[in-house]
Amino acid sequence: MSIISIENMRYTWPKSESPALDISGLSVGQGETVFLRGASGSGKSTLLGLLAGTLTVQSGTLKVLDTELSSLSPRERDSFRANHIGIVFQQFNLIPFLTVASNLRLAGSFSGEPRRDFREKSENLLQALNLDLGLLQRRADTLSVGQQQRVAIARALINDPELLLADEPTSALDTDTRDTFMRLLMSIRDVSDCTMIFASHDRSLMKYFDTEIELSEFNRVKKGKSSRV
Amino acid sequence: MFEVALSSLWSRRGSVLLTVASLTISMVIVIGVEHIRAQAESSFVRTISNVDLLVGARTSQINLLLYSVFRIGNATNNIRWESYEDIATRSEVSWSIPLSLGDSHQGYRVLGTNLQYFEHFRYGDSQELQFSEGQPFSAVLHAVLGSGVANSLGYELGKEIVLSHGIGNTSFVNHENLPFTVSGILAPTGTPVDRTIHVSLQGIEAIHLGWQNGAQVAALGLEPEDPRLEDLQPTQITAMLLGLETPMAVFGLQRAINNYPREPLTAILPAVALGELWQIIGTLEGLLSIISILVLTASLLGLSTMLLSSLRERSRELALYRAIGARPSFILLIIELEALSLTLISVFMSYLLVVAGLALTQSWLSENFALVIEVWPTAPSIWLYIGGAIAASAALSLIPASIAYSRSLGHVLRSA
Repeated sequence: MSIISIENMRYTWPKSESPALDISGLSVGQGETVFLRGASGSGKSTLLGLLAGTLTVQSGTLKVLDTELSSLSPRERDSFRANHIGIVFQQFNLIPFLTVASNLRLAGSFSGEPRRDFREKSENLLQALNLDLGLLQRRADTLSVGQQQRVAIARALINDPELLLADEPTSALDTDTRDTFMRLLMSIRDVSDCTMIFASHDRSLMKYFDTEIELSEFNRVKKGKSSRV
Repeated sequence: MFEVALSSLWSRRGSVLLTVASLTISMVIVIGVEHIRAQAESSFVRTISNVDLLVGARTSQINLLLYSVFRIGNATNNIRWESYEDIATRSEVSWSIPLSLGDSHQGYRVLGTNLQYFEHFRYGDSQELQFSEGQPFSAVLHAVLGSGVANSLGYELGKEIVLSHGIGNTSFVNHENLPFTVSGILAPTGTPVDRTIHVSLQGIEAIHLGWQNGAQVAALGLEPEDPRLEDLQPTQITAMLLGLETPMAVFGLQRAINNYPREPLTAILPAVALGELWQIIGTLEGLLSIISILVLTASLLGLSTMLLSSLRERSRELALYRAIGARPSFILLIIELEALSLTLISVFMSYLLVVAGLALTQSWLSENFALVIEVWPTAPSIWLYIGGAIAASAALSLIPASIAYSRSLGHVLRSA
């Protein structure tokens, strides 16, 4: 089963005349870790937005877990995102004024199913990410950037998503922290078999991944105009 | 969700506290004004009860009510004692209370009357006057104090007091030759009775012997032990309260008194006059209510403004909720919940502030203005105002909430 399958998909930003993304075909299988490479403005974030269902394609098909996202109602897409997709951003991954535990619980609550093993689950994730359990009661904005990014992974995985999207999650980290982060990110595959799409322009991270997708090779839109990202 | 809303507010406590302060102050105004209005109205209507007719010299209905019941202002003229006796002995009249005003003690009005007063005067829901200490006057130079007078002047039974001619805090003409002895102190009533010193009509007559037109023309004062005191007959009174045998007779007697052949008199129905007077005061109160509602509206708009301007700094926070699976309605609810929490906190605090403020000023108000104000505001209209304020805050914060909602519909994934 392919986790992601894209055919003749085209996306144009509102108020823009030319499309930002035009992909004839792209497919990602289950459990794959994909390095999505592309320069700034190449449409990486747009593609992630489409995969997460916060944007919807205007033509063609984009299926995640065999579900055509554009056929879902907005409400179903939000619920789909909560249950099946975890997202890690470059920064601002956590609600700063909530504790780590509350951040995890909030993400868990959007899945629509209260988890009984929630506490155990979050503790397991923190341990897998080499984080002290004492952090659970700390406010998110009191954590270091490296800690915040690792909690962000835990947050993204709390609902056992099939797909993890990461949008330049290391660009706010220095080299050492970045390497730790990458090792831990890869080690989560021991506890989760999720598929991973990792968008970055940093080629040095490529070595961690099974597959590499150079977006400009798939995107038929010529660069240099309508780059709104 | 409550945790999110409350933590979010706490993280912005600077502007949030200012907003709560402004909301609280305006709610204090709303609750305070409404509570005092409701209390004043009930206290006002309670001042006199079971009196069928109030009779005074020819004057307007409201003026008569003001000087004879509320002890505000002065009588334009007096009633001759013969007229009082004539009316009081009519067959329709069951009981009568003569009232003689015009003197004072330390700014408190002195009311000359007779023992009928303690027997027939009613206030509130037909409540009788009760003595907290002592008894009605049994001698010409006895005085019965209202509870407020006794409290604020610190007088006890047996205290000798000197009355002053005329009214006002500082009178230069005192009836020093005839001091009165306090024989009784009344229990609090929450009416002007609390601020009144009651003496017998003979007492009033005694201190005015040798006085003409407000000046002492002859030094023919009596001494307290003078046996002639007991024989004094009042020559005039200020007003009288009448209770009738049958309520049917009210209008007939009223007409008869208004057309009284021997001197021009006015008879009024106290309940009707009270209603008319309350209407005049009510206009002012309506204005106060409108102002307090406007103040509240301004504060609620301030709340919306605060929430609206917070949306900019919160754009990434709100985008993150959506990215982790929140529906746009969650964003709407968070903003609404924040507004409602702030309003509820303000309502709660303002209620407590009003209660605390009244608890502190209650005795002062009752002593100085005979306003008995309950500490706890419970009038239905207050709950209506509180409910209205909560509903209005929910409605007004729909402005920022719906703006946040519609923004969160768009592309929100990029939070960086």
